[in-house]
Amino acid sequence: MSAHSITSRPCAERAASPLRSNLASRHLTQKVAFALLWLAGLVAVGALLAVVGYVVSHGAQVLSLDFLLTAPRGGLSGEGGVSTTIVTTFYLALLTIAIAAPLGVGAAVYLVEYADEIQGRVIRLLVGLARFGVETLAGVPSIIFGLFGYALFVAAMHFGFSLLSAGLAGACLILPLIIRATEEALRTVPRSYREGSLALGTTKWQTVWGVVLPAALPGIITSIVLSVGRVASETAVFYVTLGGSYRMPTSLLSGGRTMALHVYYLAMETRAFDKAMGTGAILILSIILINAIINYLSRRLTMRE
Amino acid sequence: MRKANLTFHALRECNKAMQTRYAVDRFVKYLLLLSALVSIFVVFLIGLFTLREGWVAFREIGLRALLTGRVWRPGRDEFGLLAMIAGSVLVTIGAMLLGVPLALGCAVFLAEVAPPGVRAIVRPAVELLAGIPSVVYGLFGMVVLVPLVRCIPVPGNTGYGLLSASIVLAVMILPTITNIAEDAIRAVPRAYREGALALGATRWQTIVSVTLPAARSGIVAAIILGVGRALGETMAMIMVIGNSVIVPRPLNDNPLTIFLSQARTLTGNIAVEINYATGLHESAIFATGAVLFVLIMIVNSAAHILIQGKAK
Repeated sequence: MSAHSITSRPCAERAASPLRSNLASRHLTQKVAFALLWLAGLVAVGALLAVVGYVVSHGAQVLSLDFLLTAPRGGLSGEGGVSTTIVTTFYLALLTIAIAAPLGVGAAVYLVEYADEIQGRVIRLLVGLARFGVETLAGVPSIIFGLFGYALFVAAMHFGFSLLSAGLAGACLILPLIIRATEEALRTVPRSYREGSLALGTTKWQTVWGVVLPAALPGIITSIVLSVGRVASETAVFYVTLGGSYRMPTSLLSGGRTMALHVYYLAMETRAFDKAMGTGAILILSIILINAIINYLSRRLTMRE
Repeated sequence: MRKANLTFHALRECNKAMQTRYAVDRFVKYLLLLSALVSIFVVFLIGLFTLREGWVAFREIGLRALLTGRVWRPGRDEFGLLAMIAGSVLVTIGAMLLGVPLALGCAVFLAEVAPPGVRAIVRPAVELLAGIPSVVYGLFGMVVLVPLVRCIPVPGNTGYGLLSASIVLAVMILPTITNIAEDAIRAVPRAYREGALALGATRWQTIVSVTLPAARSGIVAAIILGVGRALGETMAMIMVIGNSVIVPRPLNDNPLTIFLSQARTLTGNIAVEINYATGLHESAIFATGAVLFVLIMIVNSAAHILIQGKAK
């Protein structure tokens, strides 16, 4: 704002002292503004520390090996531990990734390696649609995936409230995540790798499979680890597709309860806040671990380059 | 003669191998194309199923009555979404008022002001904020924020309501807005800044009058994507907003007390009732989903148009 006043001021008035005071006021404005910016950064870190600190410190009071290893029981009173919810979360993460990873990586490979050299008009239209699909899917709120999973997998396909329904709905949720991260990983592979391989007489697919994919592997693994975190922290989708029974799942068609769902039920239905904090603390610690793994992987990736 | 024959055989074998390789190559190409099309297929299915299941509600209740009806009483077959639309919109406005200055401040701080050492702390913190499960935010809101908000001495204030929900949501959308806005600010060419600084502008003047205007469309896109994220949040909202089906109104003469009113969001309406709804009620829930889906599609397309317009 004061930048304008400087240029519009007549030269005669620009004696030494007003100029200095102008400079002083500009520096003062800057100091105040920067202080506010520091405050914004501080508030963000503070919010994180408040949430993580509060939940982990209160959760630590119920955390014990016993809590981890016993099953929840007692219906409404919210007794017992969390063992079955950990197992369910693990199964569900495995299942969603088994479904979404091949599709997502395949889609990303097509979009990065093949899509740009396509000539036919129909195929080019399809590629445009595919890109639009990924973008749209990434913006769809998770409860819509839940609603869709409920209508298609739970009701129409008669899978019921089960790991299978939840896994399929969850796979739709993480698909755009895997596609985008894999696309990025593929784009970091230098062009010369592909050229070198093709010059040796390989076909396109041999180049992709033998050269490009191995080079992009750390990035792909990162996207998969990221998806594990997404599944572990997701609640809305599984709230309407997984049923919520805390028994140990025995097959693809049995219902279950993930850790995040357990937090919700404990807080909202049994008001067992201390146990909810304990479960939440385990969740947060796993997410921190996952983030650390991702940081480690991406650091290795940049080191190689 | 014999030698020529041998070459011929070798060539034929070689040719066969080549043919298999090319066949595999073509086959894989179409297989990959198929997997690329899964996303659009899922989008199509989502649209199809929400509309199909919601169709009965749209037909029997009518779009107008559904969107403008103030009463949602499934027992009496009264389905009006106005209260939920108002709840979603108000909580989003509240979260934006609190969250946008904070998130943009963070973005500018990270991109322009923070020394590398501080950045190395704040950046992962923002990333971690994005990773914290929404139920944990909801739990924190229930246990810490709601009792705090309850201390505001206004009759009828339960602590659960728009204010608590807006605060929780403001923190939840911070990473979305900060990440995209920071990228936009970083994408501004260095020469712009150098030019402004060389003209004698302070760093702050450079940020306000050169860098931020140059990054404007990216920043607006970040805010719009934040709106989309806020409209779609479910579990944390159920946990702190109270879920009463009322069109929020101020609790006393002060219009700001509207934020102490309980409310219900569109997302909450779906999650709370879908598991036991049947018949017309179930269809009305899917209609809720369709309304939400359309709303989010509009918001997100606006953001994408802005981002892509900038890229060209």
